[in-house]
This record gives sequence, structure tokens and C-alpha cells, in this order.
Amino acid sequence: MNQLPTEKIFPVHNSIGDLVRHLLPGSAEYVNGFLTIASLLLVVALLPVFLIWLERKVAAHFQARLGPMRVGYHGLLQSTADGLKLIFKEVLVPEGADRFVFFLAPILPASATFLVMTILPFDHHLQVADPAGGVLFALGISGLSILGILLAGWSSNNKYSLLGAMRSGAQMVSFEISLALIMLLIVMVTGTASLREIVLSQQGTILDWWIFKLPFLGFIAFMMYMISSTAELNRAPFDISEAESELTGGFATEYSGISFAMFFFAEFVNMFVSAGLAATFFLGGFLAPQFGIGPIDAAFDFIPGFVWFFCKTFLVIFLYMWFRWTFPRLRIDQLMYLEWKMLLPANLVLLMGAGFFLAMGWTL
Amino acid sequence: MESYIMIGFSVFLGALFVGGAIICSKILAFHSPEGQRKVQPYECSENPIGDARIRFKVSFYIFALLFLLFDIESLFLFPCMKIFKSVVTGQHGSISPVVLFSELFVFVFILFAGLIYAWRKGVLTWE
Repeated sequence: MNQLPTEKIFPVHNSIGDLVRHLLPGSAEYVNGFLTIASLLLVVALLPVFLIWLERKVAAHFQARLGPMRVGYHGLLQSTADGLKLIFKEVLVPEGADRFVFFLAPILPASATFLVMTILPFDHHLQVADPAGGVLFALGISGLSILGILLAGWSSNNKYSLLGAMRSGAQMVSFEISLALIMLLIVMVTGTASLREIVLSQQGTILDWWIFKLPFLGFIAFMMYMISSTAELNRAPFDISEAESELTGGFATEYSGISFAMFFFAEFVNMFVSAGLAATFFLGGFLAPQFGIGPIDAAFDFIPGFVWFFCKTFLVIFLYMWFRWTFPRLRIDQLMYLEWKMLLPANLVLLMGAGFFLAMGWTL
Repeated sequence: MESYIMIGFSVFLGALFVGGAIICSKILAFHSPEGQRKVQPYECSENPIGDARIRFKVSFYIFALLFLLFDIESLFLFPCMKIFKSVVTGQHGSISPVVLFSELFVFVFILFAGLIYAWRKGVLTWE
């Protein structure tokens, strides 16, 4: 595989592009790029509809049920129907709520989801933006969803909401540290913070993917990423913020209608994004798996990169769903113990170990 | 620079998507007259007692402070990590990788000592 040109991220030439070029000479490249981005992001924005269906199907089959079957083929249109229903529902504002903050809270994380999706490298040239500090950018935007949850909890004037929001705020900020340290590890061994170049640093055979690099990176770092990102996403077994048996609905107790839908839209897009980041950091992103066997490699290389990217991302998403039906929920003190007394020291040791290896000039 | 124009455009797109959904819902949603029971905060059919904005555990505050500390420390580590690889491969001729690593080690060691201190003080234990 050759080194790819980096200067143009969107060299799209299609019929829309030709039309725009004809009508508006000069601005054609920009308009064309914007149209492509808009279509790409809208397609990705519709992913939650599919992901919610998948979540329900996976859950059902883990419990030997069928799950949604009625609406569409095997219930494929179920979440579309649910979404439409939520649009027609009234948005209730509880007594004594801070109205402005109450409405703002779901809007913030939902519109921030488009921001993180821009930096995901879907394919060699299919990436909306590739800022030099892409890793930092991803970390920064992930903080916005914490803000949304805290605002929702405080403004609802409901004790369950407040408790749920406080718990999940504490949980998310704690696990964000180990997420940041793992990303630092990746930046250290690749020498770049741009997501595209992180993917390109894994070129070669399947053994060049960061997940298979031992002893100080690889599988341990991948597992730690999975643990911290599951906690960051507030998913089971770390879903203490909306532990149904204790806090009814957690921070979203008072939300209904479209505001409720916004929260869950953001949650599922965030799940996609952090699975996509896992694929980018550890599983070779859009690169096809190569085994060093001629014909198989050629066949795999023929399949476009975005197909590989989506395959890997959905593999990680399936892992998230699998966790949910395998592990029992942790209490908040166990959660804090896990992060501050186990993951954080282990992360620092991992970082220093990898640094020592690199400084000694040993190959990782 | 171009990439930031694209990011700005997607902020606009996100606002459009979310705003569109909310306006749709505003037009289409059903509104029934407000009743006293309807707007009551949901506490599983019990009448809520007192305000919901109560005092909560101080541990949340302590963990927020710890987060601030460690997050900023990891931000300080970021530039050092960024050049680490290029120092090792010799692109920054004047810096020796061993010296860079020792400096890094001292920094992380102080960080670690801070963590141990907090641990010994019992801050990390959630009661």
C-alpha cells in the first residue's frame, strides 16, 4: 500500500459536483465538499435508528426471546416507529423546573454528536476533517455529554434526576482520565495525534495492529479502553446513573417526547463514535486485514475501506452489547475503587513501561 | 484551516438537525391542558416532599477536584508524548530519548505520589 496524499480530504467527483461546478465556478470544490459531508453525516445520524433495533434484538436473543418482530421485516422499522411516536408526544416540564436549562440540556449533547463524527476516518478519503490534534478534539467533545447530563439532572427538580446526574457526572469524569491516558499511550507510540495517521501507522499485516502489539500496549490497553469507554458511555455494567431499580429513570426521569429522544439519539451516536475510535486506535480502522497470504490479501484489499471500518466498529458495538448481558451492575463505591485504585495506577505504569521500551530503542 | 471550516459546517448541520426535530415536534405534538397532577415531579406516585435541589455528598466535589488535577496533568503530558516518537527516531537531534524519558518519568512519578497521598488520606474511598 502506498502512502496516500493528505492535502485533499474530499476529492469527490460526481454528478452533483459537475452540476455545481457548472453553475458556480470557483466555489465548486467547497459546495461539493459540503454536500458530500451533509449526506455522509445525515446517513451516520440515522444510525441510532439501526443501533436501537440492534440493541433490542441482541438483548432479546441473549435471553432466548425474539425481540421486536411486528413492524417491518424482523422489526427493522420498530425504532423508526418509536421515533415518530416520540415526535408526536407532548414535552412535559415538571413544576419548579428551570425551563431554559431543561430545554437546553438534551440539545447540547445531541448537536455535539455531529462534531465528533466529523473526525472519524471512514475511509482513505472519507473523513470530514482531520485536525492535527484529533485525539484531543475527541476527548474535548466527549466532555459535552457530561455537561448535558448534569444540566438535565439539576434543572428537572426531581430527586432521582439529581442523584442520577451527580452519580453519572462523577463516574464519567473519573473514567475520562483513564480514557485520556490510553489515548496518550497511542499518541506516544504513533507519534501523531491525527486519527488518519494513527490508522496509517498500522499498515502491514494484521500483526501490525496496535491490539496485537505486546507487551506494553495491545490487548491490555484495548481492554482498558473498553472498560473506560463503557463507563464513559454510562452503559451496563456501569449504568448506575439510570439504575432502574434504584433511580427509576436516572437523569432522564422527567424527560418525555422529543427531548427524551434527543438524549437517546446522543447516547447511541456516542456509542458508535467510541466504537469507531476503538477500531481506529487498535483494530486498524479502514485498513483491510492482511495475513501475508497473496490471494486472500488481494481479495480483502479489494473490499472498500469503509466496509472494513463499519465491520470493525460493529464488532466493538456488539462487544458493548455483550457486556450488558454478561456482567452485573457495580455499586458506585466499587466503581470508584475500580477507576482510582486499579485503572489509574495501571494506566500510569503502562504509560511509563511503553515509554521505557521506546526510549531504550526496543521495538514494541 | 480547511478542516476547521468543515467542523464549523458540521456544527451548523447538527444545530439544523436538532432544531428541525424540535420545531417538527412543536408543530405536531399533542398538547393537553395543564393540570396540577400532571406537572408534579415524578416520584412514583408519592407527593414530593420539599425541594429536589438538596445538599448532596461532598465526595462528588472531591472527585471533581481530583479529576481536574489529573486531567490537566494528562494535558501537560500531551505535547511530550507527541514528540516522543520523533525524538526516538532521531528527528530532534539535540534531545536524547533517555533524557526525555527521565524527565517524563519524574513528572509521572510526582503525579503518582500525589495519587498515593490522596489514597493514604482516604480521599479515594467512597463511603
